[in-house]
Order: sequence, then C-alpha cells, then structure tokens
Amino acid sequence: MRMSDFVVREAISANLAATTKDGVIREMVENLRQAGFFKNCTPDDIVKAILKRELLGSTGIGRGVAIPHAKHSGVDRLIGAVAISKGGVSFESLDGEPVYVFVMLISPNDRPGDHLRALENVSRCLRDDSFVKALRNAADANAIWELLTDEHP
Amino acid sequence: MTGDTHRRTVTITSPHGLHLRPISQFVELANQYQCDVSVSKGPQRVNGKSAINLLGLAATPGTQLDLEVTGPDATQAIDPLAEALARVFPDD
Repeated sequence: MRMSDFVVREAISANLAATTKDGVIREMVENLRQAGFFKNCTPDDIVKAILKRELLGSTGIGRGVAIPHAKHSGVDRLIGAVAISKGGVSFESLDGEPVYVFVMLISPNDRPGDHLRALENVSRCLRDDSFVKALRNAADANAIWELLTDEHP
Repeated sequence: MTGDTHRRTVTITSPHGLHLRPISQFVELANQYQCDVSVSKGPQRVNGKSAINLLGLAATPGTQLDLEVTGPDATQAIDPLAEALARVFPDD
C-alpha cells in the first residue's frame, strides 16, 4: 500500500487556512466533501467523529506530524487527505511541538486491517525527514501529489 | 547507557492490533523513564519512545513483540511497559 492508494488527490492542500486543531479538521473534511465524498452522510458527523477520537488522545505523533482519523459508515473504503500548515498548528502532540503535516484517514467500520496498513505506510513515509521537508516546502497540491506517487521506500 | 537490561515477549491481542491509541499511551509511559526502550517484531527493531517508529511495526492481532529496556531505571520500567504494550483495546 502506498499513500497515493488512499489519499484523494483532489483533497490535498499545500497551504491550510486554518490555524486551530478544530479548524484544520473541518477544513480537511471540507476538502474531502468538495472532492465528492460524504454524499450519504453529514460532513459535520465526520468532523465530530474525528474530534471525539482526538479526545481519547491526540493523533499528533510528534516530529510535526498528525494523523487525525475516524471510522465512519459514510465511506465504503479507506480514504485519506493530506494538508500542510505553513505556520504550524498547536495539536497537543506527544512531543508538544506544533504540527505542519496532516494526514487524515477515514475508514469504514469493518476494515481495521486497512487502517493499520495505512498507518504503517504513512509512518514509513513520514519517518523520512527529507520527505517531510519536501512536503512542507511543496509549492502546491500537484507537487504534493507527485511526492506521494514517487517511488518511496 | 549503563544499568540493567530486561526483556519481555508480549503478544498483541487487541482485535484491531497495535494502532495509534495504544502506541501513544505506550510512548507517553516510555518517555517517563530514562532507560532506552526498544520494541522488536522479528528482525525489525524500533525505538519504543517514538510513535512514528512503532507505527511502522504494523502489529496485527497475534503478533509477538519483544520489549527490551536498558538503563538505570530498567527494573522499574519493564513491568508497566510490558503491561501497556499488552493492554487490550476492545472498543476500537
């Protein structure tokens, strides 16, 4: 599995407008909605599910990376969105540092294996500091998509 | 790092495997100790104080992980860390 297998190309943002945790999650869900998802549910329900998960412990895993996620019946396969904050967002991360790179994952209720594989894949890519740096410096969504589709370890 | 080394083998039994929430809780606990903490799945060995590295193990239910702690407070750390790694998250 590669990030480009589940990241929705039309839901990539190279420069988030939001500057708060709630705002980032809303903006990323909105990007997925505009890409044509969540037709059979209310996007606000997705936002609530993700925020509910954040209450159990931040998905800010350190090193400027967060993986906000939720399970929801509004999707029939695992989908993802990628967004970059140029200024960084306070996200109550494990290391207390601001987050610059966000990878959102929404999975159907019955596919826990896919979620674990996606987490493994995201973590493998984002362990590479040069990859994270390239994402943060990407000029636009197309440049991010090219990074995601590049052969990557 | 000087001090004792302790090892424990833990089997993951959470129905959804070792996902982000158990990992975050483990990392928070691990960072309360001075000792080095490593977790291995077969030949793959990662820093147990790093969530992004632990996620790379993709430990599904039934996976056996080897926990190793080395350092001045390793003796105090081994039991709580082994327990945290084995903790079952039934609701996810």
